[in-house]
Amino acid sequence: MEDDAPVIYGLEFQARALTAQTAETDAIRFLVGTQSLKFDNQIHIIDFDDENNIINKNVLLHQAGEIWHIAASPADKAVLSTCYNKTSDSRVVSCAAVWRMPSDWDSGNHESPDDSAHNPQTLELLCHLDDSAHRNAACVLWEPMGDGKRVISLADNHALLWDLQESSTQATVSSTATLEGKGQLKFTSGKWSPHHNCSQLATANDTTIRGWDLRTMSQIYCIENAHGQLVRDLDFNPNRQYYLASCGDDCKVKFWDVRNVQEPVKTLEEHSHWVWSVRYNHSHDQLVLTASSDSRLILSNMVSISSEPFGHLVDDEELSEGEDNHQEDKSKEPLKDSVVSTYEEHEDSVYAAEWSSADPWLFASLSYDGRLVINRVPRALKYRILL
Amino acid sequence: MDADGSVSDESGRRRRVHGMLKLYYGLNEEGKTPEQPQSLDPCDINGPHFDPELYLNKLRRECSLSELMDHETCMVKQIRSLDSDMQTLVYENYNKFISATDTIRKMKNDFKKMEDEMDCLSANMAAITDFSASISGTLQDQHAQITKLSGVHTLLRKLQFLFELPARLNKCLELQAYAQAVSSHRRARCVLQQYSHLPSFKGIQDDCNAIMEKLAQELRQKFRDGGTSAKDLSECVELLLQLDEPAEELCDKFLSHAGSRLELDLQGLEAEIKPYPPTPADILEFIDRGCNEFVSSLCLVITSYQELFVNHAQTGEMANGKLQAFVDDLAARYFSLVERRIQEEKGVGDNSLLVRALDRFHRRLQAVAKLLPGSAVPTRGTEIVVRAATERVKQYLSALQSFYMDSLTDVRQALATPRLSVAGGGTHLGGPAAGRDAPSSLPELLSSLSASILNQIKSVLASVHLFTAKDITFSNKPYFKGEFCSQGVRENLVVNFIRFVCQSSRQFCESAGDKGGSTPPALLLLLSRLCLDFETSTISYILTLTDEQFLVQHQNPITPVTTLCGEAREAAQKLLNHYVKVQGLIISQMLRKSVETRDWVNTIEPRNVRAVMKRVVEDTTSIDVQVGLLYEEGVRKAHSSDSSKRTFSVYSSSRQQPRYAASYTPSAPMDTNLLSNIHKLFSERIDIFSSVEFNKVSVMTGIIKISLKTFLECVRLRTFGRYGLQQIQVDCHYLQMYLWRFVSDENLVHFLLDEIVGSSAHRCLDPSPMEQSVIEVICERG
Repeated sequence: MEDDAPVIYGLEFQARALTAQTAETDAIRFLVGTQSLKFDNQIHIIDFDDENNIINKNVLLHQAGEIWHIAASPADKAVLSTCYNKTSDSRVVSCAAVWRMPSDWDSGNHESPDDSAHNPQTLELLCHLDDSAHRNAACVLWEPMGDGKRVISLADNHALLWDLQESSTQATVSSTATLEGKGQLKFTSGKWSPHHNCSQLATANDTTIRGWDLRTMSQIYCIENAHGQLVRDLDFNPNRQYYLASCGDDCKVKFWDVRNVQEPVKTLEEHSHWVWSVRYNHSHDQLVLTASSDSRLILSNMVSISSEPFGHLVDDEELSEGEDNHQEDKSKEPLKDSVVSTYEEHEDSVYAAEWSSADPWLFASLSYDGRLVINRVPRALKYRILL
Repeated sequence: MDADGSVSDESGRRRRVHGMLKLYYGLNEEGKTPEQPQSLDPCDINGPHFDPELYLNKLRRECSLSELMDHETCMVKQIRSLDSDMQTLVYENYNKFISATDTIRKMKNDFKKMEDEMDCLSANMAAITDFSASISGTLQDQHAQITKLSGVHTLLRKLQFLFELPARLNKCLELQAYAQAVSSHRRARCVLQQYSHLPSFKGIQDDCNAIMEKLAQELRQKFRDGGTSAKDLSECVELLLQLDEPAEELCDKFLSHAGSRLELDLQGLEAEIKPYPPTPADILEFIDRGCNEFVSSLCLVITSYQELFVNHAQTGEMANGKLQAFVDDLAARYFSLVERRIQEEKGVGDNSLLVRALDRFHRRLQAVAKLLPGSAVPTRGTEIVVRAATERVKQYLSALQSFYMDSLTDVRQALATPRLSVAGGGTHLGGPAAGRDAPSSLPELLSSLSASILNQIKSVLASVHLFTAKDITFSNKPYFKGEFCSQGVRENLVVNFIRFVCQSSRQFCESAGDKGGSTPPALLLLLSRLCLDFETSTISYILTLTDEQFLVQHQNPITPVTTLCGEAREAAQKLLNHYVKVQGLIISQMLRKSVETRDWVNTIEPRNVRAVMKRVVEDTTSIDVQVGLLYEEGVRKAHSSDSSKRTFSVYSSSRQQPRYAASYTPSAPMDTNLLSNIHKLFSERIDIFSSVEFNKVSVMTGIIKISLKTFLECVRLRTFGRYGLQQIQVDCHYLQMYLWRFVSDENLVHFLLDEIVGSSAHRCLDPSPMEQSVIEVICERG
């Protein structure tokens, strides 16, 4: 029971950006970007020692500005991208860039742990993901399971596909897609689908969710009024190629089958304020994490629309089909969709939640007041899913 | 007087004397010996055992001299009277005896004369007897001859009848006196049959048969032709039967003939339905016509058929079977027509016509039931009535539902047309805001809506109630007594309608989407109140009314009142929550737009409260008025009775200012959140989109919570310049001044506004807050 207790880590600054270090599969590591207008912003590298239930942190300076979004390269542990606000001449500009962590951030910490807080190392800029025409990046998406050479940035009403060359020091726009319509349209969020050979992208603007084919950069589906209010976040089911989760300001989490966009497959209404983040567990897609500005984090068990509707674990080969694996153990009674638990450790709005890339049973959530909480899936459920 | 007295005295005395004599002779009044002997006292002078010696001795012993003297006198007197009585009696009897002797003597003389006459008579009689014997002896021969002659005469007459038969039959045929012909033939038939070996009789028989054949032919022809009245027809059949026609064939023919006539009736009925005549007869007329034409002729057919065929023992069984099949077949067609006609009765205006029609329909079928006891016709008729009733209930339900939807549309329209009449003022902001989009007639609309719903239900119940009226024949069928009331009316009509109201209300929450655009919020509020009223009173009232009117026996499982109330409450809750959400979102949207579209970094120094804040307060006030029209005030946490000013100054000076001081000292970044975190630690978590209670304060709290939280989240997404922060300060102060009065706990408003100012301070590039006094001046200025 003891190690089921949440582990809490406090940042000095307010923070919104959280990601797992995607390329890292051994250590449980999260990256947090801070938001401060006064001080140099930081990227906190949070290592969680599962055995001892201890957090080790390292801080890297991100002097360019306050971080609104952070994403880690799937191929290179040291590479990450941020979207940040730069203020100059009383103007606020949103930019995006790819950075490399200094190679010795880890060792330096071990040698002089006391210094790390005071003399943190600085990130090495690899390249900017802006050009004069496209500014105000909302987020940067790495190609899932790719070689770290392709990223998409969403800037205003453009989706830009960049090719990173020469160890990511050169970025060139290979293709763009533009959202057209009346009014000032602006992408708020997006997700690169890991299915279909990574050729699809889903974006959110206002209340609409759109799907794009990256080969032709054309729209393939559009869910109008997916949410009553702004759509805040999206995530693809890692195991079922047509399934998509979205969340938004109507306090709802919706699950979509993009082949039929008229009605959501399922709707959750557990939060009492806007839902800012929704994340599928990377391996067990019935586990869905949602973070909301009602200061709560909710872990739901969506068995009925998962790839394991009978609570049975399938091999990766079988996952390609995604559904209808009927060799399940009949003795188990099917689980019902339910809220597994509600985490109330946060005191302020929770803007981000992420699953660890190394341990599928572990996740982190970040609230605006700079509190990072690491939690585990309850054991009973874990064993139920595994056995 | 004296004479009378003496007479009565006389008779009384006589009687006494008789009595005494009788006594003496041992006879009582009835002439029998007395049942109990008189006293054996020898001293009783009147007793039979009187002993004078003893009596004398006794007297001498017991009485004094004077008494003896008296006694003696009395005795002498009695003896004297007895003597005179005796004398009178003897004299009377003597006279009678004398007259009796005279009579007897006279009789003796008369009898002697009579004896002589009798002797003479007997002699004469003997002479007469002799004569008579001799006469009858002579007449014997002649009598025998006469008898024989009369026999011959009869035979001859019979023969003559036979010989004349063919001619007679022919004549009858000519005159169409079929009945006479048949009866004549019947009389002769046996004889002819018996003597058919004689050529002459054979000839007659053949002739007769030929004629009868012709006659039968003619009868059949007549039978086949139809057109004749039922009476003629039955006569025809009777004759044919007498002519040994096969009964089965006749049955068939009869039925087919009757069938074709009934067919015409049916076609007539069908014609009324089919081509939709321009002025279709109402259902009562239709049923009337059906009853008068079809059912009555059917009854007639059944009666005559039964008389003709069924009552004959030999053919009864078969004929009855045929009749059943025949009636069933025709009735089925009739029923299908009736059902089609009933189905056309779609209008729900006047139920009494339908009920009366059904009643008549049902009543007339009873006649058939009486005629044909085993028939399925009445049962099927009842089924039709039941179906019609169920159908009717369904129609009423849908009528109620469409009525409800129509009323909602009306309400919608009423809400959409702005009213100039201003709602009761009394708000701090005054008239213009309060009256603008809060129609003053909300309570009126609500009461008229609920009243019209109730009235509609009542009138529908009254209409449906006709089905169970006492004077309706089918109302005492078990279906109408039990299932119709409990399942049909209560469950299917009333309960379903209430459910419908709740469901359609809930749909407003769902289908309206989250944009909240399609349903006017006032309607949501109104419906919520309606559902709440349903829960508190209307449902139980309606159900009690129904139960009373229909005497519902709760045999089947029925929906309890509490379940329905629960549903209504749930719907009311959902509607109110949705109302809060929609109103909250409208205000949120204003705030969000105002925050998102402004360049907060490069804004000018605040001189005014932004217009949007005024708008927010105005809208909030009008919402407050609107909600206040339908919901009670509700309880708030105790707060300072003073105006907002003091509370705000407390809020700003004691909490806000130190926080700013702490926040913006560059040396202590950690302190930034400390105070707010400590505050959060001790304050309760605020659920933004949570359920509200059924009162104004709770509703307003919900709306304001949603709005301010949106404000907060939007502020956090922006970056502020120095004046941007100051503008937010001004705006928040303004909101603080006006919003606290709406909520249950003003600390909530304080806390959220605090957060907003705090957050914007964090997001500020140059956080130098405005002087509190300046803020106040700006806000006072409006």
